[in-house]
Amino acid sequence: MSKTILIYQYTNDFAENKDIARELRLTQIQPSLDLSQNVIIDFEGVSSATQSFIHALISEVIRLYGVEVLETLLFRNCNSRIQTIIEIVVEYVQDGIFVDEDEEDSDK
Amino acid sequence: MKIHIPNSAFLGNIESFTSTFDPKDENELLVTSNQKWISVHPLVISMSIALSKEIQANGGAISCEDFSAKSRPYFLRMGLIDSLIPNHGLLINEHEASGRFIKARQIRTSEELNQFIIDMVPLLHTTPEQAYPIKYVMSELVRNALEHSKSPIGAIVCAQYFKKSNRISIGVADRGIGIRSAINRSYNTNNDEEALTLALRPGITGTTNKIGGTEYNAGAGLFFTKSIAKVSRDFFLLYSGSSFFKLYKTPSTEDVLLYADPDSDRGLFKNDLPVWKGTAVGIDISLDLNQDFEDLLEMIREAYHLNVKRANKDKYRKPKFL
Repeated sequence: MSKTILIYQYTNDFAENKDIARELRLTQIQPSLDLSQNVIIDFEGVSSATQSFIHALISEVIRLYGVEVLETLLFRNCNSRIQTIIEIVVEYVQDGIFVDEDEEDSDK
Repeated sequence: MKIHIPNSAFLGNIESFTSTFDPKDENELLVTSNQKWISVHPLVISMSIALSKEIQANGGAISCEDFSAKSRPYFLRMGLIDSLIPNHGLLINEHEASGRFIKARQIRTSEELNQFIIDMVPLLHTTPEQAYPIKYVMSELVRNALEHSKSPIGAIVCAQYFKKSNRISIGVADRGIGIRSAINRSYNTNNDEEALTLALRPGITGTTNKIGGTEYNAGAGLFFTKSIAKVSRDFFLLYSGSSFFKLYKTPSTEDVLLYADPDSDRGLFKNDLPVWKGTAVGIDISLDLNQDFEDLLEMIREAYHLNVKRANKDKYRKPKFL
């Protein structure tokens, strides 16, 4: 089972509204992951997105579910711009997770 | 409060405007202007309108010296005269706005920002590739103001296309709590310069002291915006409290390098300025930008890499694209 979210339906061709991104995370992405479904975020028709939008859409998902969620949280129809922004967000969220872990380890 | 709109005030010489700003007495606003030709950056218009909106909201008085005949049509079209002299009764032959400027607009909600971006695109008369960084900057700057500034007037934004230099100039101003108050919710800065320095670093936000931000704020909007100006080899200015940071143009003879720390940039922090209550941001974006936005994003990714020491590289996962 998988859940597909068509971003264009909520944003038109420029995905920048963080409120919408957060709403999609809370009402669609997380509930589907809780049901052990794969989630496919589909950017068909979206030509560009801001880092803030992508951050509000997925950063907390990675923090809450762990980096393993990247096996079930999938991205479709991303142009190179959107793909790079997703990669940037995924990388710095993991920086936060693993740097925090380092700090916790060094506190022990 | 007093402002004087000088003969010339762009980001390179913005001091000709900021140095004459007098923030004392928030119950009245006196506006004077050069009586010959005036040519200014949209930031000057956004800041001036922000002051007038604040005065009006507080029931204060605005006194505005008449603009020279030559400058009047321009300021009328940009929305400055409507804001300073509401019942001016002036009429001009409205020129077709497309491709030349985006009249000042007050934005107070996320929905107004959405509509503004939709309205703005046809006015730019640019290719989609050229429009992308402009939409991006507008979105990031105005959302910053709406989310962090607590500005009672929201954000004032306007823009202009300069044909000779083939660039778009953008100005965004609010009258909120300013960057230092916003940053100090999670950090302890001693002055405005320290706060601006932190705000410009990627991954730092006033909403948390954790790297990478919160579920809603990444603390990267100003870094992305400064980076767009830098790749465009153009100016960027961030003014809040008694300090501003000005990014200088990168000469064509030098490679463009992005730095997480603004102290490494070719730029200037200036302190002890007249206090701007809130935040004002100006940016120039060349439409001759000879690098694709994808290249810019790759450079930003690299700057992030250098900003964080990664001890657990093997634990990192990559996103999967179908």
